[in-house]
Amino acid sequence: MTGVDQGVQDVWFLSMQGLGHMVSTLRDKMYTVVAPTARDGVITFAEIDSVDQIAAGVRDEMGPGKYRLIDDPLSRPFNYVVGQDSPKRFFFPPKLELVSMHIEGKRFVLDSTAPKPPKLAILGVRPCDLAAIHVQDRVFGYGDQATAERCETDSYYNLARKQSLLIAVNCTQPSSTCFCDSMGTGPRAKQGFDLSMTELGGGFILRAGSDDGRAIVSELPVREPSPSEVELGQLKIDQAIERMGRHLDTDHLMELFDEQIDHPSWDEVAKRCMSCSNCTMVCPTCFCSTVSDSNDLATDAATRTRHWESCFTHQFSYTTAGPVRGSTRARYRHWMRHKLGTWWHQFDSSGCVGCGRCITWCPVGIDITEQAHRLRHDRNTDHSQDEPIRERGLMV
Amino acid sequence: MSGITIPVQTDKPKLAVYKFSSCDGCQLTLLNLEDHILDIAGAVEISFFLEARRRVLPPPYDIGLIEGSISTPEEEERVHQVRRDCKYLIAIGACATSGGIQSLRNWANVKEYADLVYPSPEYLKTLETSTPVAAHVFVDFELRGCPINGDQLLEVISALLAGRKPNIPSYSVCMECKRKGLPCVLVSKGEPCLGPITQAGCDALCPGCSRACYGCFGPMGQPNINALGGKLTGELKQSNRDMKRMLRTFNGYLEPFKQASDYYERLEKE
Ligand code: SF4
Ligand code: SF4
Ligand code: SF4
Ligand code: SF4
Repeated sequence: MTGVDQGVQDVWFLSMQGLGHMVSTLRDKMYTVVAPTARDGVITFAEIDSVDQIAAGVRDEMGPGKYRLIDDPLSRPFNYVVGQDSPKRFFFPPKLELVSMHIEGKRFVLDSTAPKPPKLAILGVRPCDLAAIHVQDRVFGYGDQATAERCETDSYYNLARKQSLLIAVNCTQPSSTCFCDSMGTGPRAKQGFDLSMTELGGGFILRAGSDDGRAIVSELPVREPSPSEVELGQLKIDQAIERMGRHLDTDHLMELFDEQIDHPSWDEVAKRCMSCSNCTMVCPTCFCSTVSDSNDLATDAATRTRHWESCFTHQFSYTTAGPVRGSTRARYRHWMRHKLGTWWHQFDSSGCVGCGRCITWCPVGIDITEQAHRLRHDRNTDHSQDEPIRERGLMV
Repeated sequence: MSGITIPVQTDKPKLAVYKFSSCDGCQLTLLNLEDHILDIAGAVEISFFLEARRRVLPPPYDIGLIEGSISTPEEEERVHQVRRDCKYLIAIGACATSGGIQSLRNWANVKEYADLVYPSPEYLKTLETSTPVAAHVFVDFELRGCPINGDQLLEVISALLAGRKPNIPSYSVCMECKRKGLPCVLVSKGEPCLGPITQAGCDALCPGCSRACYGCFGPMGQPNINALGGKLTGELKQSNRDMKRMLRTFNGYLEPFKQASDYYERLEKE
């Protein structure tokens, strides 16, 4: 993505048939096109080679620990929100071979070259997921000098992001577990996209956010939208805000956690939590990984591989003296404080974008917004007049 | 070649593979490692592996893989000799690490079972219980699964030979399931999946076939069975009997599956 601008954006109307043109244009430009597909009853980002592979004629229903994809009489695409997986795996793969080598005499000799990511165009990125990509940009040091100076940058991530094209789809149908509005990330994609789309039934309001995006539009059969079409687009998004399924009050969260560090609700959550790690695996911002070495029996070759890991596993913080966070209570509390509080100290942003996945895909439906609400409800000090540590929302 | 022991001079570590009460599935996993079986044969001297070769080298052995549970008086004795013969003893599979499916007898009367099944049960010499190897002798490492996963077996052998810690995780099947991006059958289909309490290692085989995990790798580290049970017996309408049976299928005699299955049995009888 190059030349992303924050200011005035050009606006067009793209017909429903035009979506097919978009997919073929991207493919002509040698992009690997990734879009939401319906796989085994779940909206899943996957590589597509034609527009009919984009999930259409389905709608999703979800709640804590429950998800169903059901047939929808409207045959249009994007009439659903986020599925289990976010675009995270395309930039930060769940399993990545980092290096392989073999022994020659007394020396290690490198056998591998750095893995090369494909040139990705991700179509149908929801505003929360778009924000999550920018959260991970800071974690892995993409386009962010501060992170790049502070820690090692991830070369695979940086290359994958550099050549990627992000096409956002604004949300008009939030789910019951969505709370992007509370986190200031949606339902409208404000920045950081190459193109954004708002679905209107017969087509899309299209906006460009970068030169790369404008270059794609120049090859599409677009027309100027009528003022009422633009207005309808705005209205649909505004209505989405009103229908947001959940809410999280982000005011003085860090102080709230400090104050309620021993609140009894942490024990109650720990009774329900299985430390299964599903929440962190589906979270679009969670970035923990582990690196392990393996060796080949027949040759003197060794391989170093990186896997997604999670702060919920007993073994992740395991040291000679045992696990640093030995109980589920400690692990859940650590996770939630990190997502909503200490992430600010670490990366100057929230670690939660309000996508609701951790609520939907937790098998027992543990709800981060409910826990935050309980802590706040039972607090005894009023901090509303204090200077906040950070403004509400993301990267403001 | 006859079954005579031929002494062979070798510098390679010696491997022995033993069978106790089992179905041979775990030994087959070793034989099925087609791409790697020659690598293994190159790295170790396969010294005792009756299912694969007739030639037997005398003990001591460096690595012993032991399949099967202890369920007969003869096995109860033999396992002590095996322990004496092997430097590292690795129990492989649900039978050797938990007592296996045959440990269902531990909750029943063996004599009644035998009378029902065999015309002349007096020829049978069996123990009242089927128990894991570690209930009898010290075991250096346990590899779970019914059957074990071939890559995990290779990993343990490679790690042992290289003198490093094997990368065998103690976390849930869900971790592997999510890394593979498989749709969760519990959340998206309401299937009673035991993945959140079961130890990883199979690379989420069953969810990969759109079906629920039935726990063949046994309990993960610190499982919260009660929490999953609440979901399964509540929203997913599994009975206490279903819960008991699910927990007892492969690793029923292994704690904490055992304790939890007993708990659901008590609820079932109430
Ligand atoms: S913490 Fe939960 S709601 Fe927030 S970004 Fe992660 S998965 Fe989404
Ligand atoms: S909060 Fe839910 S998904 Fe996360 S570890 Fe606990 S039980 Fe698993
Ligand atoms: S399908 Fe089963 S193993 Fe996979 S994430 Fe869901 S609960 Fe876990
Ligand atoms: S998913 Fe469960 S039952 Fe299936 S192979 Fe893996 S551990 Fe065994």
